[in-house]
Amino acid sequence: MYDAMMAETINIAGHGGDRIEAYLARPLGPGPFGGVVVIHHMPGYDEGTKEITRKFAAHGYTAICPNLYTREAPGASPDDAAAAARALGGVPDERLVGDVLGAVTFLRAQLNSNGKAGTIGYCSGGRQSFLAACSLPLDAAVDCYGAFIVGTPPEGIALKVGPIVHLAKDLSCPLLGLFGEDDKHPSPDQVAELEKALAAAGKMFEFHSYEGAGHGFFSVDRPAYRPEAAKDGWQKIWDFYGRYLAN
Amino acid sequence: MCTYLTEKVAVDGSGKGASGWFALSEATVYFDHPQHAAAEHTLNIDFRNPGQGPSARVAVELTAESARALAAAIESTLASAPPGLA
Repeated sequence: MYDAMMAETINIAGHGGDRIEAYLARPLGPGPFGGVVVIHHMPGYDEGTKEITRKFAAHGYTAICPNLYTREAPGASPDDAAAAARALGGVPDERLVGDVLGAVTFLRAQLNSNGKAGTIGYCSGGRQSFLAACSLPLDAAVDCYGAFIVGTPPEGIALKVGPIVHLAKDLSCPLLGLFGEDDKHPSPDQVAELEKALAAAGKMFEFHSYEGAGHGFFSVDRPAYRPEAAKDGWQKIWDFYGRYLAN
Repeated sequence: MCTYLTEKVAVDGSGKGASGWFALSEATVYFDHPQHAAAEHTLNIDFRNPGQGPSARVAVELTAESARALAAAIESTLASAPPGLA
């Protein structure tokens, strides 16, 4: 099988037509390929997230990771950009949706696209993946331990995030949720509440919670990494995208 | 976990970053995942001057225990300074 791929930094049109930076990884075969928008975690558009983006390309998807902090910190290192974005209150929900729409539009416009596009997000990006899937017409979405879909953050914090479980009725595509049983944000109770809301709205979803894993268990370069949960989680992602994005 | 907890305080002083010394204007303090420290969560402080761009930053990531020890050391040092100086 021809498996060449290419990865590079490009610019795309984001929310409001703003020019934002994005990392694109794509298989070089004729396709057709499904598209994946990778939504980075709060620590930013970093090496680990770029590695994840390339992994999707290696598995036959055109993948793009928009730098959600482009506006706050153009050209800055990922950690400085994350610090600047945090100090300013984080990424506004409306802007996130616009940036994901820009990325999805880019993916679907590729000549070797099969016309399908999905999202995946980690940590704060998990919440944003759900938000995007409730706001835009998508084909599949994955939420990896997204906090504050359910539950209100403590008062007085600088970041402006609120619960969005009420959007479950607007979910446009099947949702895969991957969680750690030891996580506190989201807690198992919050995951159960989201599950209940999705079931009540008659949505297609599948959730998996891993024993012995907490928040961030996919992060290979952090102490939170749990190889067994991550390996099984990746398999769940390939099965799920194989069903809804690949063909 | 992503705690999202972030405190912001105005500070007056200087810090030394990747490009040398610069004037500080604020510090953000939060307990969350570190970028580099080998712990799941750390007390992170970004000493910043947003007016000079996102790279005008001095960052530290401390375990909870060492952050508390540092806070106590700061308090005791200030308390033992000669009267009228601090």
